[in-house]
Amino acid sequence: MAKPTIHHHEYDVVIVGAGGAGMRAAIETGPHTKTAVISKLFPTRSHTGAAQGGMAAALANVEEDSWEWHTFDTVKGGDYLVDQDAAEILAKESVQAVIDLENMGLPFNRTPDGKIDQRRFGGHTRDHGKAPVRRSCYAADRTGHMILQTLYQNCVKLGIEFYNEFYVLDLVMNDGKPAAVVAYELATGDLHVFAGKSIIFATGGFGKIFKTTSNAHTLTGDGVGIIWRKGLPLEDMEFYQFHPTGLAGLGILLSEAARGEGAILRNSTGERFMERYAPTIKDLAPRDMVARAMANEVREGRGAGPNKDYVLLDLTHLPPEVIDAKLPDITEFARTYLGVEPYTEPVPVFPTAHYAMGGIPTNIKAEVLSNNKTVVPGLYAAGECACVSVHGANRLGTNSLLDINVFGKRAGIYAVEYAKKAKHVPVPKDAVDETVALLEHMRNAKGTEKVAVLRKELQDTMDLNAQVYRTEESLDEALAKIAELRKRYEHVQVQDKGMRFNTDLLEAVELGFLLDLAEVLVATAKERRESRGGHFREDYPTRNDEKFMVHSMAYKNGSKIKIDWKPVTITNYQPMERKY
Amino acid sequence: MSDVKVIDEIPTYQVTLFVRRFNQEDGLEARWEDFDVTVHGTDRVLDALHKIKWEQDGSLTFRRSCAHGVCGSDAMRINGRNRLACKTLIKDLDMTKPIYVEPIKGLTVEKDLVVDMNPFYEAYRAVKPFLIASDKPEKERIQSPEDRERFEDTTKCILCAACTSSCPVFWTDGQYFGPAAIVNAHRFIFDSRDEGAEVRLDILNDKEGVWRCRTTFNCTEACPRGIEVTKAIAEVKQAILRGKP
Repeated sequence: MAKPTIHHHEYDVVIVGAGGAGMRAAIETGPHTKTAVISKLFPTRSHTGAAQGGMAAALANVEEDSWEWHTFDTVKGGDYLVDQDAAEILAKESVQAVIDLENMGLPFNRTPDGKIDQRRFGGHTRDHGKAPVRRSCYAADRTGHMILQTLYQNCVKLGIEFYNEFYVLDLVMNDGKPAAVVAYELATGDLHVFAGKSIIFATGGFGKIFKTTSNAHTLTGDGVGIIWRKGLPLEDMEFYQFHPTGLAGLGILLSEAARGEGAILRNSTGERFMERYAPTIKDLAPRDMVARAMANEVREGRGAGPNKDYVLLDLTHLPPEVIDAKLPDITEFARTYLGVEPYTEPVPVFPTAHYAMGGIPTNIKAEVLSNNKTVVPGLYAAGECACVSVHGANRLGTNSLLDINVFGKRAGIYAVEYAKKAKHVPVPKDAVDETVALLEHMRNAKGTEKVAVLRKELQDTMDLNAQVYRTEESLDEALAKIAELRKRYEHVQVQDKGMRFNTDLLEAVELGFLLDLAEVLVATAKERRESRGGHFREDYPTRNDEKFMVHSMAYKNGSKIKIDWKPVTITNYQPMERKY
Repeated sequence: MSDVKVIDEIPTYQVTLFVRRFNQEDGLEARWEDFDVTVHGTDRVLDALHKIKWEQDGSLTFRRSCAHGVCGSDAMRINGRNRLACKTLIKDLDMTKPIYVEPIKGLTVEKDLVVDMNPFYEAYRAVKPFLIASDKPEKERIQSPEDRERFEDTTKCILCAACTSSCPVFWTDGQYFGPAAIVNAHRFIFDSRDEGAEVRLDILNDKEGVWRCRTTFNCTEACPRGIEVTKAIAEVKQAILRGKP
């Protein structure tokens, strides 16, 4: 077996990931410091492009609004687990973030007088919950696509250097500081060491731990997994968002914008069941509440379809021209994948694994933390892979496209500031050894286990045991299954032994990250013996502020997971019961 | 994913896929290989390719990511037509016959269904695909809904290369900018906020520019986003003749 060729590069700032957060950071760093963006995909393939509904900002272009209301909604939507200093920044800087994008060329939908148009979205309200407010800036139902394209266009304009189809597999640390990342070049099988003074992780989520998910095949949590393997903590991993309206059976996302534009959820009797669960804002309640309500309707026998296992999203009362103008993509998904005509038929939907609220702990400068307080100098994280925490226990729709822009930009600004005064941390001689060992082990393993089989068993157990409803028993079952899968993973077989474009090998590596992150998620979910936001324990069905008004912090301790807690930052809003 | 029941009982089918294989590491010529796969009514060609990769031959190589037609990774030639594998339902193809899957044409094959996309991206970057504006507004620029609508269609491009690699002119020598680059130029030429139309029109007035388009409509038929590509190219041609958008 030929040993891989190893290349060395030196940059001031190394950004891992070319989705919204990574490219937004690059736009800040590129003009000031020598920057490399390393991405497992060509940038415009990133999953930011799949985001649909919009980006929240209190522009007040169409009705009265304020950043303070937005902050409150974010805190309440996150079931008070949000760090309020971070939420204030998110809401305050949202207006400039939208203006930045417009100025870069983003084609937002417009009001009749030519300003950026805004629409309603779940959990975003006027004056602390009085009524839904129009806060989401949007471009039809392809806002994420437009953001991703606009950011890439501006990276092209600035001449940002990209390394596309390079898989970062390791972070090289030296004396507690980041020195470099090690990347695998898909086209050749070569390894590349990218030394950087500042290193930004913007690697997105890990929805592929679940079976039914809106996430791309490539969202395997590599970045979060690398941080975990380095012994750095992960925060709030038990909080995973299940988006209410995935196409039934497929998980493909149908934006909340549908409900923002007036679509209604109905059960098999035709009842608008959200009136019972959230009397004031009904179908525009936050996602965790809607997802649970849907699952409950199905459990209690009011599901639709031959197996009574989904509910219906009804758009039939909306004028076809409104659907065409504002929701063109998602209605096409319904037609293409389910053969349903949304003009005239309700669309079968069910919750789909969508977004990780937790991830790599950071402060408001996007600096990564090695415990509750200590900063890892030179290491940054932004976007879904990070946990600031602006989303707390449940993210509001349109706050993630905002998050990547606000904290992507901040990561860029502070990474430049650091890189300008810091020196490169020496890259140890054995920097690539672990990666070489990992790849060679995988490539040469003569095992009998198939990656796809193990992955499917993992996804099945996660859907069954760690989804919308959880119990101690179900989580124990998931942990036992993950332990079994870990053993079998040691005997995994890779058929493709080649060096060029070996996606077979990389799927095996990705499965390792999925197993790690699934285990952390389940282990923390087990310790959080309460229900809050997206984490619902049937055996502890209420929120327990006395014991659990804290973030979880999971640490890798050999092959064990150690769980600690971190206080929530509260500025203005004391926890209250969450009613809509 | 595909074994969940949706709407009605989902029928199961046996299909045969002929996949174009090539890997310079194995020293063999490019060739067709056939695979028998069991698929369900909601399965797409991408699902069938995954079944082959995951159950039969792990070395089968193709790009994919979002799996619902928005990331543009998996453009390929399916039964002779450029399509996204994740948007092509198998039940919509003629299942009595084998399904032929091969890489898109006009770009060098790297391995199996993976082609070298760099010439495609270079053509895209060459048309200055970014807003060129000298003003520095404090707030958003004002743009009427009508002006916004003027370039709506071409904002939908996902750079999948289905159009460019379906174009007979592009196949001949690969020098032509190709439909996707022109679509992305159109997106800015007709944006009322942009001031770079003149530069882009000049670039596309080149001998490898819009005039090589012979209006065969292959690109429009191939576009998985429903962009009227040929119309966009015609509008750019007219703008060049007028000297302005």
